[in-house]
Amino acid sequence: MHAHNPYRPDLASIREVVQETANIKTLRVVFEDESVMHNFSFRPGQVAQLSVFGVGESTFVINSPPTRREYLQFSVMRVGEVTQRIHQLNAGDQVGVRAPLGNGFDYENMQGKDILFIGGGIGMAPLRTLLLFMLDKREDYGDIMVIYGARTPHDLCYQYEFDQWQKANVNLVLTVDNEFPGWKERVGFVPTVLSEESPSPHNRVAIVCGPPIMIKFVLFGLKEQGFEDSQIITTLERRMKCGVGICGRCNIGAKYVCVDGPVFSRQQLSEMVNEL
Amino acid sequence: MDTAIKFIAFDQLNSALDRISEQLDVWVPVASKDQKRVIQFAPYRPGMTLVLDHQTTLGPKQVVLPQVEALFRFDYRKSADEPSRQKVQLEDPHPPAPTLIFGARPCDVKGFLVLDQVFSAGPFVDGIYAARREQTLFATMVCGQQDSACFCSSVGSGPTDRTGSDLWITPIAAGYVVEALSDRAHPVMAWLQEAATELHVAAAGKVQEEAARQQVGNLAVDQCQQHFLQRFADTNYWQEVAGQCLSCGICTFVCPTCYCFSITDEMKDKHGERIRSWDSCMFFTYTLEASGHNPRPSRLERYRNRVGHKFSYFPEKYQGLIACCGCGRCIRNCPVSIDIRKAVQNLQGQNHACS
Repeated sequence: MHAHNPYRPDLASIREVVQETANIKTLRVVFEDESVMHNFSFRPGQVAQLSVFGVGESTFVINSPPTRREYLQFSVMRVGEVTQRIHQLNAGDQVGVRAPLGNGFDYENMQGKDILFIGGGIGMAPLRTLLLFMLDKREDYGDIMVIYGARTPHDLCYQYEFDQWQKANVNLVLTVDNEFPGWKERVGFVPTVLSEESPSPHNRVAIVCGPPIMIKFVLFGLKEQGFEDSQIITTLERRMKCGVGICGRCNIGAKYVCVDGPVFSRQQLSEMVNEL
Repeated sequence: MDTAIKFIAFDQLNSALDRISEQLDVWVPVASKDQKRVIQFAPYRPGMTLVLDHQTTLGPKQVVLPQVEALFRFDYRKSADEPSRQKVQLEDPHPPAPTLIFGARPCDVKGFLVLDQVFSAGPFVDGIYAARREQTLFATMVCGQQDSACFCSSVGSGPTDRTGSDLWITPIAAGYVVEALSDRAHPVMAWLQEAATELHVAAAGKVQEEAARQQVGNLAVDQCQQHFLQRFADTNYWQEVAGQCLSCGICTFVCPTCYCFSITDEMKDKHGERIRSWDSCMFFTYTLEASGHNPRPSRLERYRNRVGHKFSYFPEKYQGLIACCGCGRCIRNCPVSIDIRKAVQNLQGQNHACS
């Protein structure tokens, strides 16, 4: 970040583009200035403003963990003007990156605990950062369970590394909304699978990210299982512009999602104005 | 150093400003060219007729936070290493020139004291705003022309509030008496040729006393922070307060303490700018997300957010500072007569908004 001009991005170039699903691509980028790349540090869960000059800027979680520093990764779903253009980019093309922004996950408080990730669709992106971070420091954490759902098997991201997750002793539960030819894993919505699995809340932290409707029912389900509000962590999305707590857009009451979030515990959310 | 009190006779105002504007960019209140009733700040040019006996329609916010400005420029240029590729080069905006805002009111200056918190207090500092703010002097005029929409005294300011100003102007029968309030004012004082006489100073004192006696507005803002949060979920209340809102955005446009902005790219050929432009939390698209979700989908939520931002969220974040200068512009200009004082006054208790 430029101290005198927080709106000025650092230039970065795309090293590789991975097609995750029909409408999600993953970009692996490196800062062009080697010293920026070398000095870049962040927490899992922090975000970046990724821009195409002449088109605009959008917010994405840094999808690679700080423990793997050869590139920064962003998973981008094609929904609007900027993401449409990002999907047309190739290796070698330039982007602007303003990062790190936001608070990130409080992983220090998760050490020694069992971890439950619950992700839906592109909502797996921030969870993957924290998951890989924990796998790189596996001994600091207890059991890790991942419940990950998408509409169809073709809508699951990061399929190419599911094996590695499982080898690192992750209990991976995959589900899709409907029966699908050749699909041998679970079928059903994420909240339903959660109640079937019914993981114990004892000494466990649940980290939830996905579409608003999924989050709503998952939070309800976790409550039923006996999870306290302070044991439930989620990451919020808001339309953002400046990313640095100035432009006023992403507020929920007195909090700005871009600097006070995007990670909030359910406890924190319950103390904020109800304007989700 | 010239610290004496100065005097500008009415017929000497333009020649004084001519001299100052040789050294500084000077902004003055003038009638708009095509809309004579609209008074706004414009860059001074010799021969201009200033409007100093009236609050401006639009305050001087744009002098420090322009309605549209480049945050940086970018150029696509052929890459020397790879001639088949275009590489981007970035350039910061030019540093600002020293500027004097002549003839603002205490409410206008109070607006900047609110903006300063947002842009300069951190955690991130907006260096573009901060640099321009640093280069801007305020020659502020004691306010003797309040109307029924004014309520500056209710929000910690008042007609003789000198906070944040560098020079202080008092109109008397023969002209203007000018005092320096800050060290930064001394060069400007030196460019003013005529010293004030004892009679001038005495007359100015009388005008000050008269203005200081004015208690402008009677809005009670004690604990409005908590009262707002207690009212937050009362949909009926917000329906009564803002049911007629048109989402036109004039309240935010004329507001000295509203600063919300958008960031977009503009490009022609291979050259472009990432620009900041004033936005409004009153607009549907302000919080509309690409997914179609909108956390403030109706005018009630948006008006509630405006009231909350100024009288609850802002003081919560910035040591009790209310993000309102009491200038009354939102009240005077609202096409459907929404009065923010009513929205704030009735937050407390169980009363209806209009009682």
